[in-house]
Amino acid sequence: MIEAPATTSYLSEHYADEAYATLSGYEAKGGYQGLEKALGMEPAAIREAVKSSGLRGRGGAGFVAGVKWGFMPEQSDAMKLIVCNGDESEPGSFKDRLIMERGPHQVLEGILIGAWAMGAERTYIYVRGEYALSADRLERAIQELRDKGKLGRDCSGKSGFSHDIIVHRGAGAYICGEETGLLESLEGKKGQPRSKPPFPAQYGAFGLPTTVNNVETFAHVPFILDRGVDWFRGFGTEKSPGTTLFGVSGHVERPGLFEKPLGTPLGELIELAGGVRGGRALKGVGPGGLSMPILPSSDLDVGMDEESLSARGSHLGTGGIMVMDETTCMVRVACVISYFFREESCGQCTQCREGTGWLHKLSRRIEGGRGQPGDLEVLGRLPKMMEAQTICAFSDAAAWPIQGLLRHFRDDFESHLPEKSCPFGEGFEL
Amino acid sequence: MRAETRERIEKLFDRYPEKRGALLPALYLAQAERGFVDREAAREVAELFDLAPVEVMEVLTFYNMFHTEPQGRHHVYVCTSLPCSLRGSRTLLRELGEHLGVGPGETTADGRISLDREECLGSCGTAPVLRVDGRYCENLDLDSARRIVDELE
Ligand SMILES: Cc1cc2nc3c(=O)[nH]c(=O)nc-3n(C[C@H](O)[C@H](O)[C@H](O)COP(=O)(O)O)c2cc1C
Ligand code: SF4
Ligand code: FES
Repeated sequence: MIEAPATTSYLSEHYADEAYATLSGYEAKGGYQGLEKALGMEPAAIREAVKSSGLRGRGGAGFVAGVKWGFMPEQSDAMKLIVCNGDESEPGSFKDRLIMERGPHQVLEGILIGAWAMGAERTYIYVRGEYALSADRLERAIQELRDKGKLGRDCSGKSGFSHDIIVHRGAGAYICGEETGLLESLEGKKGQPRSKPPFPAQYGAFGLPTTVNNVETFAHVPFILDRGVDWFRGFGTEKSPGTTLFGVSGHVERPGLFEKPLGTPLGELIELAGGVRGGRALKGVGPGGLSMPILPSSDLDVGMDEESLSARGSHLGTGGIMVMDETTCMVRVACVISYFFREESCGQCTQCREGTGWLHKLSRRIEGGRGQPGDLEVLGRLPKMMEAQTICAFSDAAAWPIQGLLRHFRDDFESHLPEKSCPFGEGFEL
Repeated sequence: MRAETRERIEKLFDRYPEKRGALLPALYLAQAERGFVDREAAREVAELFDLAPVEVMEVLTFYNMFHTEPQGRHHVYVCTSLPCSLRGSRTLLRELGEHLGVGPGETTADGRISLDREECLGSCGTAPVLRVDGRYCENLDLDSARRIVDELE
């Protein structure tokens, strides 16, 4: 079990309280009032409210949730589905786990509001296989709802509203977090992403109209309905409203989760985590999970929202902040990152399958002092060949962090060349 | 496969618009019997799902949490993704391996423990982390990790 965050706003306000994970404990803190309000509204009005709240997906891509909800066909003979993405496997991210463990009813309430807004009859919550406690907590919460008649036919006291929620466990494959890989996996297949279009709203799981949203995205929804769009917009920036659970990991004194408005300066979040460990100097920061370009220490003032980060050449991703101090060898970091992507590529696209292998091979070679003339140039060119030509964004995600490393820490790579061993004896072991 | 497992699998079918959706949960049930799903068991599952055996094998081998070979009585997985690496998890994995006399991907001679590395477990705030079977052990150092593996039967 992970600890409740050291800061709170609305999402995590009661996470330290074990009872909040149960129906009665959740209701005691005002839970399910957002759903009650939603059930008194027309579905289109809910979609409009979520859209004007500006809530953006918290799964990494940051798409506006209300706009996505509007893609679902209004009339459909086929059953409409919701898929809640709880596959969280991005290295550096651990927020969805906390939400599922401590606030499972927030997720379920958000799903039920979405179900009424989109006319969806069933939800699958795809929980990564390793998250046994998350799956148990959700199962227990779903059973509580079922026992109280809040799920099933004509549920929550609303005739004509039927919904059921099923927890589906993954089995250990990062790529199943990508929404179409997830849909394939839910169908009982290998989790290999699909070409888009068609998009899930037209052709989703089992060919049915499907909306996929992240766990945290759903968790914000009840608050928007209950407390209002203006209240929600009081947090964060114009384009990225609300809070998020920033994870701070790596070389800080007190790693952990911190709920803060989007746009909070990166340096402030690192300070909340106690600052760089042992009073050492900062070297670099991965601001949004492993897939996003790593920033140099001069970027501490950047706001943690997509607009501000992309202006500095990176992205918000999942808000998983990975801190690296001065002892860190960035070539080793490249080895660790490229190993991950080589292991997790689903292998369908040549650029991705071969590119991730080469990124790793070259990083290892340079780290081991066996770099050859031209290796750095190839390492610099490879990412460009891997970007934007593949079935899913995984290949870009594999290329970006290496590009960031070469852009900001080229000296580290050059000092390993030619035939020199790693100059960072103090750093972490590979 | 036991008749009971078979029945439990059949009960999963109507949770999905198409029966095949139940394949992952079914493989978990099949694996619970002996800790792995061999060709024979995969063939039986395939029959229940009206699939070709190769389609089931393909799925089994795609996912890390399914095993097609006998495993140690316990799995010890050390996370070696970046945040854990920054906090010394690779040193921990090496030393734990030396302690157990096996490398990543191997099982101790007494069949007690299969040791391996794993990618991010979603516990980077409490790194380094390892997973013993279904349980997370967080904020580890070598001493606490050794104690955990020594207590496994
Ligand atoms: C390689 C890859 C991995 C992803 N992993 C996850 C994940 O673990 N969890 C998640 O919610 N979204 C993940 N996504 C994003 C999903 O594809 C999708 O955009 C998201 O679930 C939509 O929900 P949202 O709009 O609420 O963020 C991943 C995307 C890619 C390309
Ligand atoms: S980009 Fe990589 S992970 Fe995505 S579909 Fe292609 S091979 Fe698979
Ligand atoms: S890197 Fe080890 S739990 Fe995330």
